[in-house]
Amino acid sequence: MADITTSVPAALTRSGRVRVNLRKDFIRNKYIYLMALPVVVFYVLFHYIPMYGAIISFKQFSPAQGIMGSPWVGFQHFTDFFQSFYFWRVLRNTVVISLSNLVWGFPAPIILALLLNEVRSSTFKRTVQSLTYIPYFISVVVIAGMIIDFTQTRGVINDVVASFGGQRVNMLQRPGHFVPLYVISEIWQQVGWGTIIYLAALTSIDPGLYEAATIDGANRVHKLWHITLPSIAPTIIILLILRMGNLMTVGYEKIILLYNPGIYETADVISTFVYRRGLIDLAWSYSTAVGLFNSVANFTFLLTANWISTRMKQTSLF
Amino acid sequence: MKYKATIAGTTFDVVNHALLVFVTLLTVYPLIHIAAASFSNGFRLMAHQGLIFWPQGFDLAAYRAVFRNRNIWTGYRNTLFMVGVGTALNVILTAMGAYVASRKNVFWQKPFMFMIIFTMFFQGGMIPLFLQVRALGLYNSLWSLILTFAISAFNLIIMRTYFQGIPDSLEESAKMDGANDFVVLFRIIMPVAKPVVATMVLFYGVSRWNGYFWAMVFIRNRALYPLALVLREILVMGTVSEMMGGSVTATDSEQIADSIKYATAMVATVPILCVYPFLQKYFVKGVMIGSLKG
Repeated sequence: MADITTSVPAALTRSGRVRVNLRKDFIRNKYIYLMALPVVVFYVLFHYIPMYGAIISFKQFSPAQGIMGSPWVGFQHFTDFFQSFYFWRVLRNTVVISLSNLVWGFPAPIILALLLNEVRSSTFKRTVQSLTYIPYFISVVVIAGMIIDFTQTRGVINDVVASFGGQRVNMLQRPGHFVPLYVISEIWQQVGWGTIIYLAALTSIDPGLYEAATIDGANRVHKLWHITLPSIAPTIIILLILRMGNLMTVGYEKIILLYNPGIYETADVISTFVYRRGLIDLAWSYSTAVGLFNSVANFTFLLTANWISTRMKQTSLF
Repeated sequence: MKYKATIAGTTFDVVNHALLVFVTLLTVYPLIHIAAASFSNGFRLMAHQGLIFWPQGFDLAAYRAVFRNRNIWTGYRNTLFMVGVGTALNVILTAMGAYVASRKNVFWQKPFMFMIIFTMFFQGGMIPLFLQVRALGLYNSLWSLILTFAISAFNLIIMRTYFQGIPDSLEESAKMDGANDFVVLFRIIMPVAKPVVATMVLFYGVSRWNGYFWAMVFIRNRALYPLALVLREILVMGTVSEMMGGSVTATDSEQIADSIKYATAMVATVPILCVYPFLQKYFVKGVMIGSLKG
């Protein structure tokens, strides 16, 4: 930015050249421009105008006055949120759910992929893969319905618990049960799908390494530890970093279907709070402010994660 | 790779296979439960405790009740429209965006790509999007869902990566023959890129079929409810008897309420499971491209 003023003459001649180039480019690529047009229009209408619309978080928005006409209130909505009782609760729940999901959900597909990798019968392997991918394609509504049904007092999970002498409880009414239920159902849905990338990484390992290790007298555990894991470590690390970037994002679609005021204490996250305040209570400016806080936090995490992963890719590949 | 058959090795194999069978059963069990319960007799199902592997007293009453429900049919019609038109639009726009982004000699290529990728990092949020959709006059119309989610940046990048791997010579020879970029994309590139197109159809189609949240936000009129919203009422809010009102008597509906729920879940899930095996060989590749670049 600073050198614009110092290099005016150079910039002028350059802008002249740019104009000529632009014309040439436009003539040569007129169909490309035509093709890009609907894509650009889409992004402007459904991404960039809403981004601009987020400024209502600094205003007291009323539809009658519009975005421009509504009065400014500065950081009022943000301070309201930060000072409210909800701030810590939704922040804590978002991070707790997200971290639990990471701690339990991240290793699961790696373990499954390693187990699958040791299977020699390709029919067996393919069958396990095809069957474990299925839950990924099932609607979150069906999954939520299933969870509600299975966890109610007379549901199948309680039947099993009772047969081992446990107490029947309506699990979705218990704040302490929500995070485990959420995480387990996520793992159930994602674990098979998650193996795809690791299995791909596993197939690219040079079989010669294993042969050499066998000659040296290594058993399967040795091979797993010294060949397989180090070979897929870069993939694991990159995926882990990218997951960390999503720390402030929790799938609200499932939570909205599952939670109830009785368990908001552990189940209410930032995005579900935004939804309730904004679209049910119609506190538009306030909830946009909360959403913007979440977007900015997300953005920071994602940029950091992306920055680290680009550096990692460079160091680990070259 | 050859392993010598040792005792340790065999034990490992047995344990490993047993573990995998167990994991697979855990994954599939809920689906078996749903299927078995949906074909069960309502009384027997209520009386039954514990796991179910086959129907308890084979009975189609639940399916009869579901198919008699008008809401299910309108839901199906709306969802089919949305998935059909929406996915077609998704694939066409994504392909166009990916094609532009994969050109090397286009002046605006970099800013164009930046415009797309930036939206993966930062969004305006739920409320501004809602207000924008309303301002565009799309509120309470299926077009709100079709247009608002016309392109996913993630999918566009997958497609771009695939396009970049297609040799330039194909395109050049077509251009020599006077083909413009539209012809090159839709006549030359798309047929070659069948695996990635199939992946896109699957990804977009499934998310449109399954999505309920934005439909709940954008659509008020019950006649426009997609299947996912009808499902939400039946499965999550548990308004079975009200939904089934008229089609079954009050006492009957109470007794088959559970099997109706399961039958509804089946009716909504089976179509996807029918398409899935045909696309399976393609999407593995799609996921790999996506995660390498994503």
